[in-house]
Amino acid sequence: MSELDKNPEAATDDVPPEAQEDPLYFAWEPKEGASAHIQSFKAAPEFQEPLGYPGELVDNWKEVALAKMEELRGKFRSFRLFLDICVKCGACTDKCHYYMGTSDPKNMPVGRQDLLRSVYRRYFTLPGKWFPQLVGARELTEDVLEEWYTYYFQCSECRRCSVYCPYGIDTAEITMAAREILDSVGIGMKYTNEIIGKVFKVGNNLGLPKPALQSTLEDLEDEIEEDTGVRVRLPLDEPADILLVTPSADFFAEPHIDGLIGYAKVFHATGAKWTLSSYASEAANFAMFIGSYENMRRIALRIRKAAIDLGVKRIIIGECGHAWRAAYQFLNTLAGPFDFLDPNYPVPQHICEYTWEAIQKGLLKFDKSQNDHLKVTFHDSCNVARASRMGDYPGGQFEIPRNIIKAVCNHFYEMPEDTIKEATLCCGGGGGLLTDDLMELRKKGGSPRMKALKQATEEYGVNKMAAICAICKTQFSKIMPMFGYGMDDIMSLHQLVSNAIILPGSEQEKELMEAEAENAGENAGEGEA
Amino acid sequence: MLTVLYALLYYVAAIIFVVGVAKRVWEYWKTPQPAVIPTTPAPVTRTGVVWRMFKEVAFFESLWKSNKWIWIFAMMFHLSLWLIIIRHLRYFLDPVPTLIVLAQPFGKYAGFFFVLGALGLLARRMFVPRIRYISNPSDYLMLLLFLGIGLSGLGMTFVSKTDIVGVKAFFLGLMTFNWQPLPTDLPVLVHLGLVALFLIIFPFSKLVHAPGVFFSPTRNMVDNPREKFRPVPWLPPVDEVQYDPPHGS
Repeated sequence: MSELDKNPEAATDDVPPEAQEDPLYFAWEPKEGASAHIQSFKAAPEFQEPLGYPGELVDNWKEVALAKMEELRGKFRSFRLFLDICVKCGACTDKCHYYMGTSDPKNMPVGRQDLLRSVYRRYFTLPGKWFPQLVGARELTEDVLEEWYTYYFQCSECRRCSVYCPYGIDTAEITMAAREILDSVGIGMKYTNEIIGKVFKVGNNLGLPKPALQSTLEDLEDEIEEDTGVRVRLPLDEPADILLVTPSADFFAEPHIDGLIGYAKVFHATGAKWTLSSYASEAANFAMFIGSYENMRRIALRIRKAAIDLGVKRIIIGECGHAWRAAYQFLNTLAGPFDFLDPNYPVPQHICEYTWEAIQKGLLKFDKSQNDHLKVTFHDSCNVARASRMGDYPGGQFEIPRNIIKAVCNHFYEMPEDTIKEATLCCGGGGGLLTDDLMELRKKGGSPRMKALKQATEEYGVNKMAAICAICKTQFSKIMPMFGYGMDDIMSLHQLVSNAIILPGSEQEKELMEAEAENAGENAGEGEA
Repeated sequence: MLTVLYALLYYVAAIIFVVGVAKRVWEYWKTPQPAVIPTTPAPVTRTGVVWRMFKEVAFFESLWKSNKWIWIFAMMFHLSLWLIIIRHLRYFLDPVPTLIVLAQPFGKYAGFFFVLGALGLLARRMFVPRIRYISNPSDYLMLLLFLGIGLSGLGMTFVSKTDIVGVKAFFLGLMTFNWQPLPTDLPVLVHLGLVALFLIIFPFSKLVHAPGVFFSPTRNMVDNPREKFRPVPWLPPVDEVQYDPPHGS
C-alpha cells in the first residue's frame, strides 16, 4: 500500500479517470467546452487604475483592442511571427497540462493561440479579409473577449509547448499579449492586478509593511538560535555586499519560510554581508504574467533602487520560478545596466548558484543523515527550466539544484524522464492562476505532475518533493492533499540545506564531533582486539 | 494562347512570391524582439545557436521530441521536396551542372515519398481528433494542392511522358524574355498551374514558416541576458525613470 492509499478522501473524480493513471495522458477525443465554465474573478476598477488600465470595458473596446494588437505586433517579433507561422501540425496538441487535465481543446496550445490568431487573421491578413471562412478568421466580438478572458487565464505561461513546436512558437507570448489587450480595454484579472498594485504601494505581493517584516525576521533569528545555539542574522535594510530579493511568501508561510532560514544559514556559514530590503521586498513580478513591460519595469526598478540605496555589490534572488525568469531574462533589460555592481558576478544570481559555489569551495559542512528520513524528488519549475539558466552552461538550471540536494540528502530519486527538466510539468498554479477562484483548474492542471510523483512514490518510496518556486510550493501544499499526500510533503530546496547544515559553533556541530569521537574510539578499540 | 497565359501567370506568380516573401522577411527583420527569450536550455554562443537552428531545420529536432508520426511524415515530405526542387533546377539551367545531373534519379523517385508524406499528414489531419479540431479548410486545401502538384508531376514523369524538352525551352524563354511555345498536354498544364498557385499564396499563408523559422526568438537567440545589456527599444532609458516612493513616505 502506498502513501496515496492512506487518504480515501482524495477526491479526484473530476479529473478524467485515464489522467489519474498516466501522467502524460491526453484525451484522444477533445471535449469541447469542458473547462469553459472555469473563470477567474475580474478586477474591480480600483485594481485596474493603479496599473494604468481602464476600470471597466471601454465604449470603443473594439478599436482599442485592434489598435493594441497592431501596436504589439510592431513591438514584439515573437507575437507577429508566432501568429503567422503556425502550420497546425499538431505537435503541441497533447503537451499542455491543462489540456491533459481538462480535455478542453481550447487548452491545447494551438487551440489557445487560435482564439487570438483567428481575430488577427480577420483584421491583419489578406486571406482573412477576403476569405474568412477558408482560413478560420472571425470577427472580434464581446463574446470573443469573454472567451479570451476565460482561456488566456487557463494558461500558466509555462512554455512546455514551445519545447515541442518545430518553430519554437511559445504560447506564453500569445497569452501575455492577449492579457495585455484585455487589460487595455478594461478587462483585468483581480488576482494578478490587485497584487501588482500592492507591490507598487507597499513593496511586496503580500502587502507586508516594514515593521511586519522586521518582527518576522527577528522571530526567525530567535527560532534559529533556539535550534542551533547560533545567532544567525536576517538583516533588513542594512548596508551590505549582497542584496537578497526573495518572494514575499518566504516571510509568511510554510514551507517557504524554511527556505528563507536555509538561505540565512548559508549566508552565515559563508560569512557574507547580506541584507533584505523592505522597499524591494518582492522577487515575484506578476506584471510579467499580464505581459505588461511598463508595469514589469516599475517592479524591476524597485530592485535597482534598493541595490543603489544599500550600496550592495551583488543581487541574489531567492527560490521562485517566475521571479527567476523575471530576474534572469528581464531585470538587466528593464532596469539595467547594473554597471555599479561587482562585475565578477552575474546580475542577478540565483541563491542556488550561491549555495552550490559555497559547497564546491568547501565552505559548508553538512550532516546528510539529518535528511535520512526523507526520500526526495525534485520538481523542476517551468520558468527555471525553460526560461532561464543557472551557472555558465546550458542546463545548469537542472544540475545545480540537483547537485545541492545530493550534497545534503542521501536519498534522491527522479520522477519519470518525460516529466522533468525541459519536459517538466507545471504545478498547475503558475502564470498568475494561483487563486482560489481557479481551484478546479489548478487541481486538473496539477494532476499530470501528481501522477508523475505517484509513479516515483510507487517505484522508490518517494515521500517528499522539493521545489525552488513559491508558486509551486503554495500550489502543491494546496493540491497534494487532494491526491493523497500531506500538505507538508512539498519542501523548499533550502529547507533540505537548512536541515543538514552544520553551523560553526552550533549544537549540531558539538553533537557531530562527539559522535565522531565516539566512533573513532570504537574503531580504535576494535583495532586493538 | 495558353503559352501567353502561362507566361504571364508565371511572371505574376514570380513577382508576388519574391516581393511577398521579401516583405515578410523585412517585417520580421525590423520588428524588435525586446527580451532575450530562447527556450532553455539554450546555447550561450552564436555558434551554438547556428548548430541548434541547423538541427531544427535539417532534422526537425523539436518535432522529433514531440511526436514520431508527425516527424516521419514531415521529414519524408520536406526532404523529398528538397530533392525535387534540386532536380527541377535542370529545367532552368543550361547546361545542367553535374551535381544536378547526379541528383536526377533521387529527385525523380522522391516524388513518391513526397506524395506519401503529404498523404500521411493529411491522414493525421483527418483522423486524429485533436488535429482535426485545429484544422481549417485552408489546411486541407494546402495539402491537396501539394498532392495535386506531386501527382501531376509523377503523371508526366511515369505515366504519360510529356515533351520535357519543350517545357524547358518554355522556361528558358521566360527567363530570357524570348517566349517559346508551352507543350499543352493536361498533366503539364495542371502541374504548372498548381505550382504557380503555390507561389502566389506562399507569402500570405502559413507557408511563410519556411523563412519564418529562422526568425523565431525562442530558437535563434543566444542565452545571454545577464551577460549582455539590451535595453527595450521603446522604453525610456533607465536614468530618465521615476522610482515609486517608499511605503509610508
